[in-house]
Amino acid sequence: MIYLYLYFEYFKIGLFAIGGGLATIPFLQELIQKYGWVTSQELVDMIAISESTPGPIGVNMATYVGFQTAGIGGAVIATLGLVTPSVIVIVIIAHYFMRFAEEPLVKAGFYGLRPAVTGLIAAAGFEVARVSLFNLQEYLDTRKILDIFDLKAIVLFGILMFVTNKYKKHPIIYLIAAGVVGVIFKFG
Amino acid sequence: MKELWELFSVFFRIGAFTFGGGYAMLPIIQREVVEKRGWASDEEVIDYYAIGQSTPGIIAVNTATFIGYKKKGLIGAIFATLGMISPSLVIITIIASSFMHFKDNQTVQHAFAGIRVAVVALVVNAVVRMWKKSVKDLVGIILFILAFLVIAFTRISPIIIIFVSAATGILLSYRGAVKE
Repeated sequence: MIYLYLYFEYFKIGLFAIGGGLATIPFLQELIQKYGWVTSQELVDMIAISESTPGPIGVNMATYVGFQTAGIGGAVIATLGLVTPSVIVIVIIAHYFMRFAEEPLVKAGFYGLRPAVTGLIAAAGFEVARVSLFNLQEYLDTRKILDIFDLKAIVLFGILMFVTNKYKKHPIIYLIAAGVVGVIFKFG
Repeated sequence: MKELWELFSVFFRIGAFTFGGGYAMLPIIQREVVEKRGWASDEEVIDYYAIGQSTPGIIAVNTATFIGYKKKGLIGAIFATLGMISPSLVIITIIASSFMHFKDNQTVQHAFAGIRVAVVALVVNAVVRMWKKSVKDLVGIILFILAFLVIAFTRISPIIIIFVSAATGILLSYRGAVKE
C-alpha cells in the first residue's frame, strides 16, 4: 500500500512542480505534514545531500524520501512516480514540437527564448561560483576584504579555464581531476 | 536494441556526473549528445531546456526524455529517462543507508568542493558556446542580461522569464524585427 501512496504522491509532484528540483520542496513539505514520512530536520539534510551529490536534485530527493519511507523498493517507486508525468508530457510536446518547429510563430518564440535560457544557465553557473569560489560568510566574520576570495579555488578555476579551452577533453575528465585536486589541497 | 542501450548509457553517464542541478549537465550534454553523436544541435538543446523549464517535471529529466524521443520515439524517451535516474538511485540509496558516514567524510567534502570549481569553469565555457549560437542582436543581449539578473538576484520564477522572452520574440516578429 505504501508503494501506491509513494507512486501517486510523487506522480503529483512530477506533474505540478514546474521548473526543476528545488520547485519540488514546497510539495515535500506538504507531504511531511500529511504523512509524516520524514521529519523537517531530515528534509533539510536531504536537500543538502541531494544538492551535493551527482544527479538531478529533484530525482535525488525523490529517491531519498522513497528510501527512508520504504527501502529500496520505495526509492525506485518514488523516482518512477516523479518521472512518469515528464515522460507523458514531454513525449506529447516533442511530437508536436517536431511538427511545428519550422512554423514562423514557434521560431519567433524561440528567437526570444534562446538568449533568455542562456542567461538562466549563466545564472546557475554564477550560483555555483558564489558558493565555490567565494567565501562571503568568512568575510562577514572577519571583515577582511581578501577573505571574500577562496584563493585556492580561484587558482584552480583559472587553470581549468585555460586547460579546458586549450585541450578539448571530455568534461568528466576535468570533473574527476578537480575532485582529486580538491582532496589533495583540502578544498572547501 | 543497440541504440536503446546507447541512449541509456549516455544518459547514465550524464546523470552520474551532473553536479549542481540540471543546468550543470549542459557541458556533458554538449559533448556526448551534440559533438560525439549528433543526436541534436546546440540550438535544439537550448530549445529543449526552454521547454523542460516551462513544463512539469525536473529539467534534466525532461531534456533527457526529449532527446530520447527525438532519437527513438516513446521507447527511446523511456530508456533515456531510466538512464538519467539510475545513477541517483544507486548513489542516493548507498548514501541514505550510511548517511552519517557521508556527511562527516572530509575526503568526500574536499572532492566535491574541487568538483564544484570545475563545474563553474565548464558552465562558463558552455554559456560562451550557447551565447555564440543564440544571441544574435541587441534584443538577445538584453534578454540574456535580464534573465541572468532576475535569476541571480531575485526570487522570481524562471517560468516568468520563459514566457516573457517567448512573448518578446513573438511580438517582435509581428513588427518584422526577427531576422531569419
